[in-house]
Amino acid sequence: MPAIPREEIFEKVRHTLVEALSVEEDEVTENATLTGDLGAESIDFLDIVFRLEKAFGIKIPQEELIPRDILSNPDYVADRKLNAKGLAALKQHMPHADLNAFESDPDIDKISDVFTVGTIVNFVQGKLAAS
Amino acid sequence: MRWIWIDRFEAFESGSRAVTIKNVTLAEDHLHDHVPGFPVMPASLMIEGMAQTAGILVGEARHFSEKVILAKVKRASFVRLVRPGDQVRYEAHIDQLTDSAAATSGRITVGGELVGEVEIVFSHIDQNMSGLEFPEENFVFTPQFMALLQTHRQQAGERIAL
Repeated sequence: MPAIPREEIFEKVRHTLVEALSVEEDEVTENATLTGDLGAESIDFLDIVFRLEKAFGIKIPQEELIPRDILSNPDYVADRKLNAKGLAALKQHMPHADLNAFESDPDIDKISDVFTVGTIVNFVQGKLAAS
Repeated sequence: MRWIWIDRFEAFESGSRAVTIKNVTLAEDHLHDHVPGFPVMPASLMIEGMAQTAGILVGEARHFSEKVILAKVKRASFVRLVRPGDQVRYEAHIDQLTDSAAATSGRITVGGELVGEVEIVFSHIDQNMSGLEFPEENFVFTPQFMALLQTHRQQAGERIAL
């Protein structure tokens, strides 16, 4: 099956987020963060994951999108910040995310800022390529 | 007042579909208070009726081992009023089910006529609220809810211990 163009994935993700978060289409840009800019709450992530699975015909195990085991691993976290080992694990686990900004202040309470619309599009693109 | 907004299960297919009914009577206070002088069943309580129907369906799919709570009403639309004497029928389907959550969709009808459609996301809270502790016992599925399902199963001749 030929790969779906990124633009097409973006449009579908945009539609999904408009429906799930009751936001305007023009608010859903590549760099918009789901929680900060689009107002998603943690419970919305459950809904978004289900909608993405349906829209793209893929399976998204929760751990793949948000690696809670890394963020709660005492070997990786001190004072609610990820250490170098934790950051390395996170990078390996989240190739779809741009972690540069997070790296400068790896406060685990700020992990949600990593989830931009672009992160979700990359994630879906990776899942589709692997399927 | 008991917070039970369904009267009886009419059908129960484990992991996929449940149907309940609710008889609407003038004896219920909420009918009088919603629109004074014009008794109608509030749509919000029909969302609750659907949530109870779908919630038990989702809970049973994991043998009531999870605490299932309503996370989000994805969509609710209503096209017809429900008046005293009506029998409301809730039909819920599980669309997606994972370890941490479930998505359901449902139709509400009276006498075959569409009243509304409700889509709900449920969360298995122990799987999602890391750092928060909840009581050991499953406070979501009270004995009163269990009795509803047990009664249906006994009527269907399937005497299953819950």
